[in-house]
Amino acid sequence: MSAINFAPPENMEVVYERPESLAETHTHYCPGCTHGVSHRLLAEAFDELGLREKAILVASVGCSVFSYKYFDVDSCEAAHGRAPAMATGLKRVNPDAAVVTYQGDGDLASIGIAEVIHAATRGENITVIFINNAIYGMTGGQMAPTSLPGQKTNSSPFGRNVEMTGYPMRVTELLSQLDGTAYAVRRSLHDAKNIRKAKKAVLTALQTQMAGLGFSIVEMLSSCPTNWGMTPEEALDWVESEMIPYYPLGDYKVADSVANLDGGKRR
Amino acid sequence: MAKEMLKGNVAIAEAALRAGLEAYFGYPITPQTELLEHLSKRMIELDRVFLQAESEVAAVNMVYGAASAGVRVMSSSSSPGVSLMQEGLSYIAGSEVPTVLVDIMRGGPGLGNILPSQGDYFQVTRSAGHGDYRPIVLAPASVQEAIDFTVMAFDLAEKYRHIVIVAADGQIGQMMEPAELPPMREVRKERPDWALTGAEGRDPNVITSIYLKGEEMEAFNLKIQEKLSEIRRSEPRWYEFQTEDLDMLVVGFGTAGRIAYTAVEMARERGMKVGLLRPQTLWPFPEERLSQLADEIESVLVVEMNAGQMLEDVRLAVGGQIPVGFYGRMGGVVPMPDEILEAIEGHYNRLTVRTVRT
Ligand SMILES: Cc1ncc(C[n+]2csc(CCOP(=O)(O)OP(=O)(O)O)c2C)c(N)n1
Ligand code: SF4
Repeated sequence: MSAINFAPPENMEVVYERPESLAETHTHYCPGCTHGVSHRLLAEAFDELGLREKAILVASVGCSVFSYKYFDVDSCEAAHGRAPAMATGLKRVNPDAAVVTYQGDGDLASIGIAEVIHAATRGENITVIFINNAIYGMTGGQMAPTSLPGQKTNSSPFGRNVEMTGYPMRVTELLSQLDGTAYAVRRSLHDAKNIRKAKKAVLTALQTQMAGLGFSIVEMLSSCPTNWGMTPEEALDWVESEMIPYYPLGDYKVADSVANLDGGKRR
Repeated sequence: MAKEMLKGNVAIAEAALRAGLEAYFGYPITPQTELLEHLSKRMIELDRVFLQAESEVAAVNMVYGAASAGVRVMSSSSSPGVSLMQEGLSYIAGSEVPTVLVDIMRGGPGLGNILPSQGDYFQVTRSAGHGDYRPIVLAPASVQEAIDFTVMAFDLAEKYRHIVIVAADGQIGQMMEPAELPPMREVRKERPDWALTGAEGRDPNVITSIYLKGEEMEAFNLKIQEKLSEIRRSEPRWYEFQTEDLDMLVVGFGTAGRIAYTAVEMARERGMKVGLLRPQTLWPFPEERLSQLADEIESVLVVEMNAGQMLEDVRLAVGGQIPVGFYGRMGGVVPMPDEILEAIEGHYNRLTVRTVRT
């Protein structure tokens, strides 16, 4: 890879920078993929809360498998679906660390559903960043538990038939039912306004963890232009027009203890 | 410290704790459960980490996490649970984080039963997960050895940044006998420099098992192989009995090896020149010593509580120089000394017939 020149041109003011918690490197994500956006949000949140030197990122198996290379923090790569279990081991012996899993919908909602439910029900003090793009990206576009009814994928070529393959799973709603869950919200990355909201949610989730209040998850509706067969712009529109109606945005669980962080400003 | 009456499972748990165990993750399964139960009390009393996981799949991945943080960590299980741990063990081997697992083996395949068995010799000694590696496998034949090997397991795991499995059959886990526990060691304060702790004042550490490029993956494999060669050279351990003035050698591990000891004593009383080699490390297998002995004797009899698994390693070590016989019981049936004696006699007599003819 050729060296990248990150220095700003002369006579120009820096108004927007790479967060310290992001590594100086290219990512392998497709053009228009929102994985880059969610990476940035998490890195900014680490920086703003002064957590770069406390963070331990648990990458998962999916397109974000190399996310540990893109963050300038301690990190590891879990087996498919097992990130919440690995994070549990890390957090129990590093109680002061900020342990974050970064998981796709195949990883978390399919093969790893048991691990995430039990981490939540234990009130494990970890934060889960859940990237819901309604498809298996890395393996080339197969049906995920979150694929929408009728959605065509490479393993549901006639469109997802719910009678045969079941219904899409609303993970955040599910986890919000558990007493160990302190904070469970769904956000979307399809436009700037929603991205800002997602950032706030990541900050709250990390604060929830650092205050020891319990399990926190931020689901982010994300795009996969490559496997949806769309342009990046069409893909963002699809998030808004098709995904949000099935996956309503909102706060599904904000425990009182979380609402009272910062003197109740979050209410 | 004086000897006391200890049950195998409890002794292993207490020995691990005294070796400075900082975190334990496990899931109940007979005939291992007393180990988990003992730690559920003692670890909490000592303000260390104990967690009953939702499955063996989760338990091994919790171990993977804690091992990545560089602490002394272990899990324990029995055959079906160890099957579920294979994925995690492979990731652990591929990340080179020190890990100890205790496998109190039971009868299989399938749900099988809860009786003592050695039917998982292949499972633990071959790779215990996908990919090209073998864990170190220690096979105790008494409660005292179970204690000593558990302590040694942590030291070996850290020395080689590798998996060490203490593989005992259910008999060792369940029986009580007098044994001496080690002195209490404190939990280590420092973490190794590769550990995940949060990158405070240093460059970030990464623990991963992924190497996308063929050449890189091969280079990593070569590194593991080098480490395994060193283990092969330095770590084989075994116990020998009556191996001087010898015609025939009996080879057995764990409980089968211990019962074979009694049978060998009986055979000697009957004037047969028989001795015992009991491997204490199943991997690395004490192949060199076995091959040396094979040069001097007429035949070998392998005794196991399975259908003949270590038998393959014995054959490899002996290399076709002499006949290798086998006596095994399966499904949780433990052989009696007189059964083994009969097998010894049968094998020994054939040998005499053959020697007379030539
Ligand atoms: C045990 C196991 N089974 C299957 C796979 C293959 N695999 C790799 S990524 C993946 C799906 C990932 O999809 P998702 O979690 O939605 O993440 P995305 O790629 O969409 O970001 C699968 C099935 C694997 N690596 N391990
Ligand atoms: S395949 Fe989809 S999820 Fe994966 S990087 Fe490309 S656009 Fe992103």
